[in-house]
Amino acid sequence: MLSITDLSVSYGAISALSGISFSINQGSIVTLIGGNGAGKTTTLRTISGLLRPKAGRIEFLGEDITKLAAHKIVARSLCHVPEGRMIFSNLTVDENLSMGAYLQRDPELIAKNRDYVFSIFPRLKERVKQMAGTLSGGEQQMLAIGRALMSNPKFLMLDEPSLGIAPRLISTIFEKIVEINQKQGITILLVEQNANLALEVSQQAYVLETGRIVMQGESKQLRTDPQLKATYLGG
Amino acid sequence: MSEFLQQLLNGLSLGAIYALIALGYTMVYGVLRFINFAHSDVFMVGAFIGYYMGKLVPEGTLWGGLAVLGVAMIGCALLGMTIERLAYRRLRSAPTLNVLITAIGVSLLLEYTGQVFFGAAPRNFPAIFPVRNFQIGGVIIGSNQLIVIAVSVVLMIVLQLIVYRTRIGTAMRAVSLNPKAAVLMGVNNDVVISFTFGLGSALAAAGGILYALNYPSIDPLMGVMPGLKAFVAAILGGIGNIPGAALGGLILGTVETFVSGSQWSTYKDAIAFAILIIILLFRPAGLLGRFTVEKV
Repeated sequence: MLSITDLSVSYGAISALSGISFSINQGSIVTLIGGNGAGKTTTLRTISGLLRPKAGRIEFLGEDITKLAAHKIVARSLCHVPEGRMIFSNLTVDENLSMGAYLQRDPELIAKNRDYVFSIFPRLKERVKQMAGTLSGGEQQMLAIGRALMSNPKFLMLDEPSLGIAPRLISTIFEKIVEINQKQGITILLVEQNANLALEVSQQAYVLETGRIVMQGESKQLRTDPQLKATYLGG
Repeated sequence: MSEFLQQLLNGLSLGAIYALIALGYTMVYGVLRFINFAHSDVFMVGAFIGYYMGKLVPEGTLWGGLAVLGVAMIGCALLGMTIERLAYRRLRSAPTLNVLITAIGVSLLLEYTGQVFFGAAPRNFPAIFPVRNFQIGGVIIGSNQLIVIAVSVVLMIVLQLIVYRTRIGTAMRAVSLNPKAAVLMGVNNDVVISFTFGLGSALAAAGGILYALNYPSIDPLMGVMPGLKAFVAAILGGIGNIPGAALGGLILGTVETFVSGSQWSTYKDAIAFAILIIILLFRPAGLLGRFTVEKV
């Protein structure tokens, strides 16, 4: 579904990604794990068009999207839930969801997606007229995911959905991520610091270290890998 | 008492004009985080379009006046969008200072090309709307004042509806809150920014014509002082805040009028700016603005 070839990105003189390649099959959950500054967020931002790569190629559903503007990539049904959620804090929950459906023209589909978002995150329905900035961290993450679902995506990229969220809500959110993948058939690329959690829900994993893929494989196997255990899984 | 009401009315109609101009400053600041100094000259161009259009329609008719207003608003909307496209768009990722200096450059360009085309001498603005004075109690209400207030109120309601009820308006607010997130929703920020310039410039054109109706002498530098006042009004209300700009304009216009009707009339501008300083000392983010720490 998505294939990345020899992707290199740099911020000025500093190289952030040095020639990474990977691909993602339709219907799966794939995770990128790695420490701070490994290039996980950079990878997502480059795929969604927020950053321009120095070299390499990004192909989505057979189309080369490497040079496409970010707002056109969303229109290809690839949606990015950015790190730190980036909800519109002075817009209501409802308006945030409408922004998610910005490119959708079919009112029936929009209504259907809205109902679906409310069915998986009933809390958002309770707070529909509330300013998004007044929600708790966990609720904001639900809103960020809900807003992305409003764009009717085939492919969803989630950047650190567990960041700054009460532990109780983390498991809820991850359950929903799995549900979105299984029931809606939406392919998911998950970036996560919490490697245990990420390997638990995903089928395939890539480990990034200073801009390179240093390890890859099935999540099940990586969970028992002694080297990975020592570095990322807390022994 | 009747003098007080008279001054209040005069003040509110001047304030309404400041508010119309201030809205453009504040909306552009909202989406791009810079002060468009050329805005006051778009106001001037609006008045000049009104001047030339006013010769094409019969004087003193309501429909003629509204037609002139409409043409000037459309003309200035296009001018504002052109300025954005040619001067500011390529500076999207440049430091704010560069954009600011460019804005001052565009402002000077408009003022002095204005002098080339229109001449530097002041001209009399035609009475495009019917003129009548009404007297209620001791208060004299000029029809031009009523037009100023009516047009401003209608335009502000329309603006409110656009910003809060339409798809592009929601996108404008989204871009101003978080441009990156807006892009990730599929918003083409360039289109939204262009639309914002168009909207703000149309309001400035309306302000220019309404101003010229009440102070019927126009010249290419006429925008400088009202532009500065409107800029102050936008800061006063909280830059980036739409109701704040309207409130700031009304306060500034009213205060200025009351001071010019008093024995300190020589100091009317000084007092307007002193008020700004005092309010900002106590509310650095303006009256309706929220103090926010810029996050990286």
